[in-house]
Amino acid sequence: MKAILALENGIWYEGEAAGAPGQTGGEVVFNTSMTGYQEILTDPSYAGQIVTMTAPEVGNYGVANADPESRGTQVAGFIVREESAIASNWRSQGTLRDYLVANNIVAISGIDTRALTRVLRSAGVMRGVIATGDADPSALIDRAQALPSMEGSDLVLGVTCERAFDWEPATSPQDEFAPTAVRRKRRNLRIAAYDYGMKWNILRRFNAYGCDVRVFPATAPASELLTAGPDGVFLSNGPGDPAVLSYAISSATHLIDADVPVFGICLGHQILSLAMGGDTYKLKFGHRGANHPVKELETGKVEITSQNHGFAVDPDSLPKDVKITHLNLYDGTVEGLRHTKQPVFCVQYHPEAAPGPHDADYLFNQFVEEMERRA
Amino acid sequence: MPKRTDLKRILVIGSGPIVIGQACEFDYSGTQACKALKAEGLEVVLVNSNPATIMTDPEIADRTYVEPLTSEILESIIAREKPDAILPTVGGQTALNLAVQLGELGILKKYRVELIGASLDAIKIAEDRLLFRDAMTEIGIATPNSRYVKSMTEAFDAIEPIGFPIIIRPSFTLGGVGGGIAYNIEEFREIAQRGLSLSPVHEVLLEESVIGWKEFELEVMRDRADNFVVICSIENVDPMGVHTGDSITVAPALTLTDREYQRMRDIARRIIRRVGVETGGSNIQFAINPDDGRIVVIEMNPRVSRSSALASKATGFPIAKIAAKLALGYTLDEIPNDITRLTPASFEPTIDYIVVKVPRWAFEKFPRADRTLTTQMKSVGEVMAIGRTFKEAFMKAFRSLELGRGNMLFAKSGGRINATANVEAEDDDSALQRSLAVPNDQRIWSLFRAFERGWALEEIHRLTKIDRWFLTQFQQLVELRTQAMLVGLRGISPDLMRSLKRAGFGDWQIGSMLGADEEAVRAARVEQGLKPAYKRIDTCAAEFESFTPYLYGTYEKECEADPTPRQKVVILGSGPNRIGQGIEFDYCCVHAAFALREDGFETVMINCNPETVSTDYDTVDRLYFEPLSFEDVAAIIAREQEGGGDVSIVVQYGGQTPLNLALPLQRAGIRILGTSPDSIDLAEDRERFSKLLWDLGIPQAPSGTATSPEEAREVALKIGFPLVVRPSYVLGGRAMAIVYDMAALDRYMMTAVQASPERPVLIDKFLEDAVELDVDAVADATGAVVIGGIMEHIEEAGIHSGDSSCVVPPYRVAARHVEQIRDYTRRIARALNVIGLMNTQFAIKEDTIYVLEVNPRASRTVPYLSKATGVPLAKVAARVMVGRTLAQLGLTEDLQVSGVFVKTPVFPFVRFPGVDTILGPEMKSTGEVMGGAQTFGSAFAKAQLAAGVKLPSHGAVFISVSNHDKPAVVQIARDLKGLGFELVATRGTANFLRAHGIDAEIVFKVNEGRPHVGDEILNHRIQLVINTPLGRESFFDDKFVRRTAMMQQVPCITTLTGAAAAVYAIRALNTEGLTVRSLQEYHADLALSHKP
Repeated sequence: MKAILALENGIWYEGEAAGAPGQTGGEVVFNTSMTGYQEILTDPSYAGQIVTMTAPEVGNYGVANADPESRGTQVAGFIVREESAIASNWRSQGTLRDYLVANNIVAISGIDTRALTRVLRSAGVMRGVIATGDADPSALIDRAQALPSMEGSDLVLGVTCERAFDWEPATSPQDEFAPTAVRRKRRNLRIAAYDYGMKWNILRRFNAYGCDVRVFPATAPASELLTAGPDGVFLSNGPGDPAVLSYAISSATHLIDADVPVFGICLGHQILSLAMGGDTYKLKFGHRGANHPVKELETGKVEITSQNHGFAVDPDSLPKDVKITHLNLYDGTVEGLRHTKQPVFCVQYHPEAAPGPHDADYLFNQFVEEMERRA
Repeated sequence: MPKRTDLKRILVIGSGPIVIGQACEFDYSGTQACKALKAEGLEVVLVNSNPATIMTDPEIADRTYVEPLTSEILESIIAREKPDAILPTVGGQTALNLAVQLGELGILKKYRVELIGASLDAIKIAEDRLLFRDAMTEIGIATPNSRYVKSMTEAFDAIEPIGFPIIIRPSFTLGGVGGGIAYNIEEFREIAQRGLSLSPVHEVLLEESVIGWKEFELEVMRDRADNFVVICSIENVDPMGVHTGDSITVAPALTLTDREYQRMRDIARRIIRRVGVETGGSNIQFAINPDDGRIVVIEMNPRVSRSSALASKATGFPIAKIAAKLALGYTLDEIPNDITRLTPASFEPTIDYIVVKVPRWAFEKFPRADRTLTTQMKSVGEVMAIGRTFKEAFMKAFRSLELGRGNMLFAKSGGRINATANVEAEDDDSALQRSLAVPNDQRIWSLFRAFERGWALEEIHRLTKIDRWFLTQFQQLVELRTQAMLVGLRGISPDLMRSLKRAGFGDWQIGSMLGADEEAVRAARVEQGLKPAYKRIDTCAAEFESFTPYLYGTYEKECEADPTPRQKVVILGSGPNRIGQGIEFDYCCVHAAFALREDGFETVMINCNPETVSTDYDTVDRLYFEPLSFEDVAAIIAREQEGGGDVSIVVQYGGQTPLNLALPLQRAGIRILGTSPDSIDLAEDRERFSKLLWDLGIPQAPSGTATSPEEAREVALKIGFPLVVRPSYVLGGRAMAIVYDMAALDRYMMTAVQASPERPVLIDKFLEDAVELDVDAVADATGAVVIGGIMEHIEEAGIHSGDSSCVVPPYRVAARHVEQIRDYTRRIARALNVIGLMNTQFAIKEDTIYVLEVNPRASRTVPYLSKATGVPLAKVAARVMVGRTLAQLGLTEDLQVSGVFVKTPVFPFVRFPGVDTILGPEMKSTGEVMGGAQTFGSAFAKAQLAAGVKLPSHGAVFISVSNHDKPAVVQIARDLKGLGFELVATRGTANFLRAHGIDAEIVFKVNEGRPHVGDEILNHRIQLVINTPLGRESFFDDKFVRRTAMMQQVPCITTLTGAAAAVYAIRALNTEGLTVRSLQEYHADLALSHKP
């Protein structure tokens, strides 16, 4: 079946339907990771976005039940150059297409994804619509233009958990294929985590480091998290514009003052920055991939990181008691911060990887050590 | 971390001659490294015995030693140059082994030289399988179960704990020479025995077989701040059991989940740390069990490699260049990415295309060789192709192989065997099954045949163990073909045509499937508006802007070629390396690019060989990594013309590959620089050329052409035996033979070649015992001709010029003959209106000089001659082609050399058990070395040493020659006796020598009794063998002696002229010894002598 992708700037591409039939709209972004499409499809940070894979052959190894990063698919749509007809991997439990159809994700294949990426790179990410079957491109372009902008949208409420719960790992650490965590000898540490659209691998990594995590909805007041006296508080990744999340920013302000170790990733990092008095802004085309070099300023070491964000923290807006710890070597944007007085630190990128390299896994250890010092 | 300031002078070790397993990828890496070091202000001293390399161009290093790669020679160079450090990681296994030797001999310590790039310890851990295995166990990484043995007894004891099949790997041999896979005790006995004897330390590793597991490689880099990046992942389509050099491989890895991939990445990081490679690149090979994901590490190479060259070309990340900078102390984040300019090298390239590499073998040169593919590499070259999908890249790769009809993966119709395709007849299913189950060079054709016959994918998977994902791709290609054949060219819909083109089918291929010609398919395609777009290779999947026009073609919407309006020259490369067309032609192409770029032209390269310097995006202004087929080349030129500038094309540098395209391109209206295709054709066309020589009054051996056995007989009757016979339009003496009688001629015409009116068989009178010479010259449009050099072959006529040692200046040719050759050369060049290079071969017999052949194009000897004379002939000729005159370029006289330079070929016989080592008119060498000195003897000795032939200074010489050769061997025997050698000979030869007053001990032939000559060689009683072929009756005896000598590394000389030269060399070794001298010093002599 035919499918069309139309962008708000009037460009459209004709390809083949590669998922569920129907129409979908969202912000069209690209991800340069060569592996991990299933993790990307299920990453809640992609809520409201149509993801283009720059790697051309997608679906080769199918999908596996152990690999999702949340309860189900999260992207608004999916774009690939070439869809694999079969799934070939010992862990595979089905083909990509069956997975997309089952999860009602509209997808398109066979289009010039490199040309699309170049459009997004030079003009910036933009709204777009995918429609399967016979559709009028100009009508789709109109629809794309009518979609709400990502800036100013609260997408967190759509992906956060409804009520607090304790994380019960469904898989053993063996399934993670990740480096063995240095297990703590004493009691398990307890972490209270805000779920703004949290990737499960963060939870899996905390678990591997011997932590018990209780997950709270994004709107829960800070006091609720602090009541049980956690060893540390975690602010997760998530979708959309951080600046509109006033409830989350105000909770974060409380946490910073609460003298408890706080760690944030991605959206959590942006929320903490805003709470500490900084500003955020939208990047032209964001960082989405598994190959971005990040320098840890203290040691000078370079990590290859997994990234997925469309907004960034403005370094000039940061107050004096916030130190920049990590910088992106591609474009010099802020990748990590630490409060100089409070035990608060955060990173823009994804130490939990999934997909991507495990170079930044030490950050989990760092958080655990921070908590242990006080426990 | 900034650059180290304590390093001022670096010695770079090259990889020596091109051999199987170590080819021009090390010229690519080494050149990059030298340039990077020089750019950093270091003084670079280079040693490499291979003159046919860009790295040995005198401007690449400060001092260039084209000297044998032995520890003694290296010590001399170190003593002379006193370098601060040695970079041993860009010269392949050869350089690493030498570094270890220098360390173990205490030479590094003695001269206080440091190894940079990899320490002695790191090299040892990575190279010594036992140390490596222990190191892996220590960090909890699995390796296949294995055991080292030093004797057959130990070997047999190891069978039980390991279990069949067992992989046998001799220690410290190049490219797995002597290794193999044993499925049973008989094979085990044979391979283990061979491995033990071939290993320099008489040790083999017996290893658990992980045959059939998926095979992956990671190309990784680390800097001294412990930053680590993966440059490229490579997946082998052929599962474990086939050497990666013989496997079809793909980048990036395509069948791993992110979890599996990241686990492999984590392991790689731990390995490079544990092995201790502090700076530079490494290659790590993994096997993954397809059933449960179990992962084991196979090996690690702490250096740049064939795979790292492939990875560099596949990603645009120049591994060798960066590795050289890291060795100086920089960290990855301090080095910019050339392609994006704004981002640093501390990242992992991500690619938005698929790269497929396919090996090319040369089994047609070694008919008796075993074509099974195992852990010992057998291919001589490779192609790489890039497409947006696996199917596209794969089909383009096969188009790039230049196998003629063998390019065609499909049977002509309905699954029937295409008799003309390069496939052995597999009429029955069981033969097909065997070909699928036992890896061989034809397996991929068998695989397509099986799909065409409707075999189930699961069955093919069961036989081949090739991942189902790849098999699905192949199946889809076969389905596309079936769809096209159902409708035919007329009925083909735009959608189907688009699908075919997007799947990489070439116009010619579609035509051949549908019974139409290429032109008709092109017309249909163009009518449907289908033409290729060009995409950039940018290391970052378009995330950032790229500044390097490194392009590949694909059928997509957007074209990024962005041609400029500049005046441009397109240089056609030489495609995959093969015997007869190798690095020498790439060297010439690169020189054309350098010269024309310097002169302000925009240079455009088209080539598909990932090993070469020509496909380094730094070499030219614009690089198209594309097949050298008419379709692909014409499309690129059309696209470049759209920029508005004048586009012309160089076809005379890339060997036969571009020459085959010259006429069609000219017909398509493309301007060809230099000598016209018609002149090139005239030189190739026997009748036209004979007439030209006749008109010039230049003698030629009597000759004729034939398109049938009957015609051949007629020619033979007219000119008489012996005859040299060969097909037209080939390089490297492909299918060339000497025939002594009618029966042999008939056999040749019936079986060896397919003659046709367009491609007749050429028949020449064979000039027995003649002296052969090669002449390279440059001619310009004004008719000026400068002779680059007259090279005398050491071996007599009848041995392919590429397999002959040769020497400049000539050492036994009369001055008047030399003058006459110069005169003939000039007149022929003028008569052919040569503009550019011309190679001529002459033979001198009984005071007459005959022209054997003329090739108005680049030749194999151009690089060697350029190194000897100090004048870059290929650059000069390129400038002449764009209109400069030789006078303008300051060349008014024939070139001179200071000293004597000998070129010697190297052969791959050791890799092909059972193949005779005898030389003939069909070229068999893979590479060459050069030896330079003040005397012929010394230069020859050096060249021999560089080629791995250690001539003895004393001991016993075994002599066995044909009756024809007996008179001439007397002087050689006398000389050897005079040098203090004992002589051992077979009865006939010994009696002959005794009759001439030379004492020789008699030894049994192999079939005469024991101990025979083979035993004596094995017992180290014989240090040199002189054995000329004795004719058919004693063929096997001879061959056995020669192979035994080779396996025991006893020099075996098969021509009398070669033996005479060896006498010179031994005398020189005994009296002069070996000294070293840089090319720059030789060339400085010339500059002095040229001053008035």
